[in-house]
Amino acid sequence: MSIKDILSPFYVWKRAFSKAFTTKKPLEERPGARRYRGFHKNDMEKCIGCGSCEEICQNAAIDLVPVEGIETKDGDSGLRPKIDYGRCCWCALCVDICPTGSLSLSNEYIWIDNDADVFRFVAGKEEKPWDKMEAGYKRKGDYRLTIPDRIEMEMLPPETGLKSFREMVKGYSREQAQKEADRCVECGICVATCPAHMDIPRYIKAIREDDLEQAVELLYKTNPLPATCGRICTRKCETACAIGADGEPIAIRWLKRYIIDQVEDKQVRKILQQKVFGENKKKVAIIGAGPSGLSAAYYLRIMGYQVTIYEAHAKPGGEIWYGVPAYRMPFEDLQAEIDRIIDLGVDIKFNTEVGVEVSFKKLYDENNAIFIATGLTEPYNLRLEGEFLSGVLTGLDFLEKIAKGKEVEVGEKVLVIGGGNVAIDAARTCRRLGAEVEILYRRREEDMPADDEEIQEAKLEDVNIKPQVIPVKIEKTDGKLKLIWGKAEMIDQGQDRRPKPKIIPGKSYETIGTTIISAIGQKGEYDFIPPEIKDNIGFKWKRIVTDKKHQTGDEKIFAGGDIVNYTRDAISAIADGHNAAKGIDEYLRSDD
Amino acid sequence: MLPGDRSKYPRKQEELNLESGKYQKIWQGPQHPGVTGNMALELTVCGDEVVDCKTHVGYLHRGFEKLMERRKYIQCFPIVCRICVPEPDTNEYLFAAATEELAGLEIPEKAKWLRTLSLEMSRLASFIMWIGGQAGSFGMGTVGQWTMVHRDYILDLFEELTGGRVYHMYMLPGGVRDDLPDGFGGRLEEILQKTEKLLDDINKVLFNNSVFKKRAVNLGIITPEMVDKYGIVGPNTRAAGLKRDIRKDEPYLKYSELDFDVITASKSDAYNRALVRFRETWQSIDLIRQIMKAMPKSGEFYNRPPNVLHWKIPAGETYVKAEATRGEYGYYLVSDGSEYPRRINVRGPSYTHAIALLEKLIINTNIADVAGLMVSLHTCPPEIER
Repeated sequence: MSIKDILSPFYVWKRAFSKAFTTKKPLEERPGARRYRGFHKNDMEKCIGCGSCEEICQNAAIDLVPVEGIETKDGDSGLRPKIDYGRCCWCALCVDICPTGSLSLSNEYIWIDNDADVFRFVAGKEEKPWDKMEAGYKRKGDYRLTIPDRIEMEMLPPETGLKSFREMVKGYSREQAQKEADRCVECGICVATCPAHMDIPRYIKAIREDDLEQAVELLYKTNPLPATCGRICTRKCETACAIGADGEPIAIRWLKRYIIDQVEDKQVRKILQQKVFGENKKKVAIIGAGPSGLSAAYYLRIMGYQVTIYEAHAKPGGEIWYGVPAYRMPFEDLQAEIDRIIDLGVDIKFNTEVGVEVSFKKLYDENNAIFIATGLTEPYNLRLEGEFLSGVLTGLDFLEKIAKGKEVEVGEKVLVIGGGNVAIDAARTCRRLGAEVEILYRRREEDMPADDEEIQEAKLEDVNIKPQVIPVKIEKTDGKLKLIWGKAEMIDQGQDRRPKPKIIPGKSYETIGTTIISAIGQKGEYDFIPPEIKDNIGFKWKRIVTDKKHQTGDEKIFAGGDIVNYTRDAISAIADGHNAAKGIDEYLRSDD
Repeated sequence: MLPGDRSKYPRKQEELNLESGKYQKIWQGPQHPGVTGNMALELTVCGDEVVDCKTHVGYLHRGFEKLMERRKYIQCFPIVCRICVPEPDTNEYLFAAATEELAGLEIPEKAKWLRTLSLEMSRLASFIMWIGGQAGSFGMGTVGQWTMVHRDYILDLFEELTGGRVYHMYMLPGGVRDDLPDGFGGRLEEILQKTEKLLDDINKVLFNNSVFKKRAVNLGIITPEMVDKYGIVGPNTRAAGLKRDIRKDEPYLKYSELDFDVITASKSDAYNRALVRFRETWQSIDLIRQIMKAMPKSGEFYNRPPNVLHWKIPAGETYVKAEATRGEYGYYLVSDGSEYPRRINVRGPSYTHAIALLEKLIINTNIADVAGLMVSLHTCPPEIER
């Protein structure tokens, strides 16, 4: 110890006059750092109420609640996160997981109130001073906890695909499927959107856990045609998928296909066999073995009803068999799937057209209930001069002939008129027959009702899409067909409505082809129903009107599928079949 | 007394006859400025000399380890930092590292550098806060006021880098949450220079202070023989002359690429322990500069694990450790292959320092020196009670 040790401590005085660090609140403000995690902000428009924030919050500080002014709709639960600042620890995992990127934190950190209840608030609903603040914690760039990129599906290259009707999509391997299934956040928004309300998160979970038998059970709960839907479903679920809000949606359709492809037929049959319980003597006739009819048949059968399907064609499946080309839906997979339903004890009468081979009245009298699921069988006419010239086909007829294995001579250039899935299927089929194909559509390409993926694939197969074309006349020249058409201009129809095409007068164009296929839609045909019964059923816009249970004006008659719903796709038809089965069951049991 | 033969484990001294009137019981804590955190020392004194001590913990129990058994891995991430206020980053790093090890997840190079930076900054903040505590416990509160301010300067930097001041929640399994903000290096350097000035002043007023020397020298001597017996780690060991530092012995993150020596002293009394820590504070500043120099300008900072909402970690167990300011800090993680950790055991150095070691060293010290002794072991009750 020295004298220095006694004097040295007096250095403390040096700092006596240094500037204080403290902020003189409220005279001075100290804003939080740029990425400070302060109070929550939520973009109510972007938020879809998926609840991932609620799921990840380890303090249970987030609760999804209904909010006035926000409606539940497809792809939006109608709920919004309510945050409890008595529980929140500002870890911002909710921001990191948010699939839409709607949730963020501002850098504001002072909020004083004498009412403790205000600290439980729905961010973005009540206006807060920090809503407009730019700084704060946000999910930036690639950093996020959700996985935005889909596991790519392997497909046949277009060159190979065009050489045959081989199935284009190869399907996921186990590893790929599990990886894809891992991306799911289990929000369940897809369930509400799916017309059949399939339990998507749970069967995806079963894939992750490699419990495919459980997955098959879940599939058949709401959909007896999973192999079909796993291939050709319009997959509204994927449009609603939360991950799809800022990334690629989960490949729900391919995952469904993976499940049913992996489980052996024998095993699936065993599972289904266990589901049939009870037998009753009540008889139900189903007209049409399309997806809706088959779905109704399955659910009625497992409830113990004696089901007979009357099918006009030689093969079951309706439009799936005759309208969907084999490169999308191979016949053997479809056959196997339908056989599983038939073998549960469903009686199916092929080549039996109701109204021709068997009268509707007979069915009506001999059965306890009838389910009509005939689908749309009559193509709309183009209503043009020259429409009935030889070489002008309708899409449905053309696809049906191909499905029946008939030779169809289309020549070297085919013109397809229409923009729906039938048009695309016809076009791609013609490409496989070796023809050059042009699709002529009256609206813009983005207005095409066909599946986007199909449009892209058609383009890869060198199908030329010509939008805003209005056909005027068809003429025969040198053994070929000449289509005379006019250019369309788009007339705005206001918000939420597709613009209407209107022909620009004065100028007309010509395109020459060997075959013209018209695929502009189809309608239902009800001549097989006797007039006295028809009068009771009730129609609107060529559709049968039913209640929620799919019961028509005649209490014995139920209807479903394309002749009832407006979505006109396989999954809606399947859902209709299921709901009708429930309706029929309820109706027939009320008899007891 | 527990049943069974305990003759092999005799009490450290014969029972005191409390009825004799010679002794008095005094409680220091649980609310007392002279104890670190919330714990209590039950002192038996004879005059002003401590003759016996029992430590009492349990005032701070938050059940983190149990909580985490009911949380998914990602949900444990906001919890772990709360185990220790002065140095939350060590917890964050160890939890993330243990999870990554069991899951077989590699983290990007840049994330390793950012983690090293964050760890070293938190060591610096922790040391600075400790100096204030050490000075304050010997009655020199002025130094404590200076250091609290300077710790806040570092917390400002943390706020900028991580978005949080005290609980940073920055290192999550897979990497870190964000890159360095623009202009961070400049502001960091400014604070480092400020801190260097502070350390110069502290050197003058604390380490060259006759009062401090008189009270700290020879207080609570840890002999090298005691080190393994009591499980002593960190600066407490190094002051006794043992070259033990996990950053050197089993380098993690980027420490193997940094140039530094293990700082030791010859005799582990309160003064030398303080000196070792003081020199390690300087070392931290130097290391931060080295890290900033070596920091890659660009690159990924996060390697996304599988979906964290149902992330299953393969079954297994691991023990990972890192050098915190108080010594070896460890996480023992057991996974049973499910989405939830089966067991996370947090092993903080204070467990031995504040209980077994303190009870031993406190004998025969003056009541007035108890606080100084406790701080000189740099104990932190939160890590005893996880």
